[in-house]
Amino acid sequence: MLDLINVSYDTQIPNNVGLSQDKKVLKALEKWHPGYINWWNDLIPQNFQQSMVYLRTAVSVDPKGWAKFDYVKMPEYRWGVLLAPQVENRTIPCGEHYGQPAWQEVPGEYRNLLKRLIVIQGDTEPASVEQQRLLALTAPSLYDMRNLFQVNVEEGRHLWAMVYLLHKYFGRDGREEADDLLRRQSGSEEAPRMLGAFNEETPDWLSFFMFTYFTDRDGKMQLESLAQSGFDPLSRTCRFMLTEEAHHMFVGETGVGRTIERTCQVMKENGIDDPFDVDRIRGLGVIDLPLIQKKLNLHYTLSLDLFGQEVSTNAANAFNAGIKGRYMEARITDDHQLQSDTYVVWDLVDGKAVQKEVPALTAINMRLRDDYTKDAAGGVGRWNKIIEKYGIDFEFKLPHEAFHRKIGVFANLPFDPEGKVVTGAEYDKGLPEWLPTHADGDYIQSLMKPCYEAGQYARWIAPPKVGIDNKPGDFEYVKLHMA
Amino acid sequence: MTHRIDFQTDPSRYRHWRVEYEGEIANLYMDVDEQGGLFPGYELKLNSYDLGVDIELADVVQRMRFEHPEVKVVVMQSAKDRVFCAGANIRMLGGASHAHKVNFCKFTNETRNTFEAAEADSGQKYIAAVKGACAGGGYELALACNYIMLTNDSSSSVALPEVPLLAVLPGTGGLTRVTDKRKVRRDLADVFCSVEEGVKGQRAVDWRLVDEIAPNSKFDEVVQERAREFAAASAKPTGLTGIELTPLDRRFDEDGSVTYSTVEVAIDRAGGRATLTITGPSDPAPASVAELQEQGAQAWILRAARELDDAILHLRLNERQIGTLVFKTQGDPTAVLAHESLLLANRDNWLANEILHYWKRVLKRVDMTSRSLVAIVEHGSCFAGPLAELLWAVDRSYMMLDEFEGDNRPLATVTLSEGNFGPYPMGNDLTRLQTRFLGTPETVDTLRGHVGEALEASEAEQLGLVTYAYDDIDWEDEVRIFLEERASFSPDAMTGMEANLRFAGPETMETRIFGRLTAWQNWIFQRPNAVGPDGALQRYGTGVRGDYNMERV
Repeated sequence: MLDLINVSYDTQIPNNVGLSQDKKVLKALEKWHPGYINWWNDLIPQNFQQSMVYLRTAVSVDPKGWAKFDYVKMPEYRWGVLLAPQVENRTIPCGEHYGQPAWQEVPGEYRNLLKRLIVIQGDTEPASVEQQRLLALTAPSLYDMRNLFQVNVEEGRHLWAMVYLLHKYFGRDGREEADDLLRRQSGSEEAPRMLGAFNEETPDWLSFFMFTYFTDRDGKMQLESLAQSGFDPLSRTCRFMLTEEAHHMFVGETGVGRTIERTCQVMKENGIDDPFDVDRIRGLGVIDLPLIQKKLNLHYTLSLDLFGQEVSTNAANAFNAGIKGRYMEARITDDHQLQSDTYVVWDLVDGKAVQKEVPALTAINMRLRDDYTKDAAGGVGRWNKIIEKYGIDFEFKLPHEAFHRKIGVFANLPFDPEGKVVTGAEYDKGLPEWLPTHADGDYIQSLMKPCYEAGQYARWIAPPKVGIDNKPGDFEYVKLHMA
Repeated sequence: MTHRIDFQTDPSRYRHWRVEYEGEIANLYMDVDEQGGLFPGYELKLNSYDLGVDIELADVVQRMRFEHPEVKVVVMQSAKDRVFCAGANIRMLGGASHAHKVNFCKFTNETRNTFEAAEADSGQKYIAAVKGACAGGGYELALACNYIMLTNDSSSSVALPEVPLLAVLPGTGGLTRVTDKRKVRRDLADVFCSVEEGVKGQRAVDWRLVDEIAPNSKFDEVVQERAREFAAASAKPTGLTGIELTPLDRRFDEDGSVTYSTVEVAIDRAGGRATLTITGPSDPAPASVAELQEQGAQAWILRAARELDDAILHLRLNERQIGTLVFKTQGDPTAVLAHESLLLANRDNWLANEILHYWKRVLKRVDMTSRSLVAIVEHGSCFAGPLAELLWAVDRSYMMLDEFEGDNRPLATVTLSEGNFGPYPMGNDLTRLQTRFLGTPETVDTLRGHVGEALEASEAEQLGLVTYAYDDIDWEDEVRIFLEERASFSPDAMTGMEANLRFAGPETMETRIFGRLTAWQNWIFQRPNAVGPDGALQRYGTGVRGDYNMERV
């Protein structure tokens, strides 16, 4: 009898999908495995590969206790294939097949659409590891380094999850696509990653925190909508990935929060009340709040671009086919088919941003993006609470969605962060106040000095309130291998 | 007329293409202006195209030949990131009338054929350098090139997604070129045409869908290297200087008539017909090719071809209620022959060669025009050489026999030239005379013995060069009755009957492309599964799939 809750370690690939009895897929995955290990080994600097990292490894898909913590060298991490337990009698939650039994096999008519969605999702997972590959060299603490590696190995596991689906359900095409997932590389001229944002390097730790907060949250929203898929194996895969993804959001939110906290602390200690007294604040080796706002503006708007065009045929097709739902589809009270509903989206009329109604089916991307914005606003509120606690007069804001866009109706137009159209001159003038300048980047880079002592933190960031796995403050999260 | 589609443009007016000339190599960039659609209601995203984009491309190709004979290799590429060309714009197709769709497809096909033939005709080889998505009409652009290169970045692909995505067929010869030109195995072609995302990398080479793949980081370099190699291997003479294709002398009048320098279009709306009158040359033929080059676009023989070409296109797109086109000529047949013979005697001269090939294309354009075509050979006419070809391009011809009372023009004649025996083949690769006398090939030999003779009506009729010769007594009634009868038939039946009868003889890739377009695509374009309110084309973009009637017809 298959144990579908606990992870089986009887094959090289930990799994709860009965791989040992599915010789065909096991063989395919084992063939793919060496390429994956090569990819990993070539990626992260060797001394970190040899270090012992205190990582959590999934051992079960039971929400009550799914992971265990231990030291492990990253290349020996047990990447596995884990699906959330099957829900009995699950039905297709949306689209024209609404209410029919969920598919356990790929429906032929949607094979290509499904495959493409899985490939695009799969392509982002290793991409972020590639983008972050050198960050450990400047880690502000072993705690943060460990979090980085945790995020990295889990993104690696998410790649495994997508590759499993490709191998299991998409035959030879699927295997070829899985190989190509290792062939493409972030920022590569030869074979870049599919989405533009995933070809940008993550140059510093504040960018990493912003990335995990904003960009991984896009990933979360995509996973949320794929978790609603009528194709049950995809739904189950994504549901389990979401439990891991929560940690990535946590790393981002607390990372930015600790940076803010430290800035506020240092300002108070030195009697600085004006958050815009940038020179003095930077003189003290912390990151001024206006610069954090600029980083926020940048990463938020880049992430909005990942949702694509306001009106999208592909998203409409996927929803109607029942292979990609909306955020929390089951909690929405409508007919889940949307054939005659409308949804309000932004559009550009006579150079102004206006809201208009469009067929709801074509606005699936926008709806998800609106849900994303609501979701992203939560952490911003909590960051503001930190500033408030220190009595500093400053408030972080999400910029208007027309600002700094490269995709959609507002692409490349001069909107300010309030959503107002400005002249070219005003835009040029405002830009250094809205987005990080090269000088800002230099300043952040100057702070990026590694801090490898257990329990010690770089000056620009506060220690966490609690340790990972409730470990004490001086816990050695990474036993560095010093070759 | 609400909106006249103009087929004349020039580089200063391009919105979608640009060309960088670098000696023997021209880099042709597709950079479609999203807001530059010919009609309102759609945006030309992702280098998708409409008729306006294709009109510019046709102009580019034409000017490449006449204005830039120094060019030996043309590299067609995209100026946009991550997309070569997404094909014909679907919202434009969804919103267009059936007639517009068909005319659009016909014109785009003629343009594809033109640059495809540029290597053989003019020594200009087209390379498609594909980076990013190359789908549907985008791949058909590439297919019509002489050499296809694809970047190997593990995401760029070539695709014909029409069937799975839109429930229509690739409309610009895609299916035919895949099997007949590139000789892709039929089962692999079946796979290729059923998958939306297409085929990339090495497999695209293995399946013969592209000629070469190159690493992405070196792609542009390899493309330019290949272009230089092809240019070096070209047999075409080096250092030729072009002529300028100056704007046409053209005037539109309120009643719909169009007046060019040597072509006149008169519209009879009540009768549903247009009369195109071509006036022969008024000046003597250039004495030499140097003089021809000197005259450039003003040379009668080139001017007449350009004007006739424009008139045909104008009538096709802008005068769709006009069911019959009547061709007439006026002038001195010996002068027409003199102008043509300079070209025939100097076929190794680039310009003479280009003008002959251009006449070939214009005459094919006439063949392909789905209107009832009739030639009226009146006294004083000059149906000689290239103009005589019109007699065998049309569905029927009527010739004046003997003197007409009160008409002192020279008696109507037909004069054959060597030009009627080779340089202007039809799409089936036969001359119009060969096609006309398919059952009696010896007639063509007999006719060759009459080259240069001014054949009067009785002889022309006897030789089978015209349908009927009528004298003064019968002429007016017979012609009138024919035209009235023609105008009374169902236009659909006429189009079908005429197309069936015009293209006798062997099939070529060109005839197959047009024949299959007519038979299959135009059928599918009428079927509810594609264009009905619940059909795939109408529903495209809504997220809801086409609702198909599963009955096989």
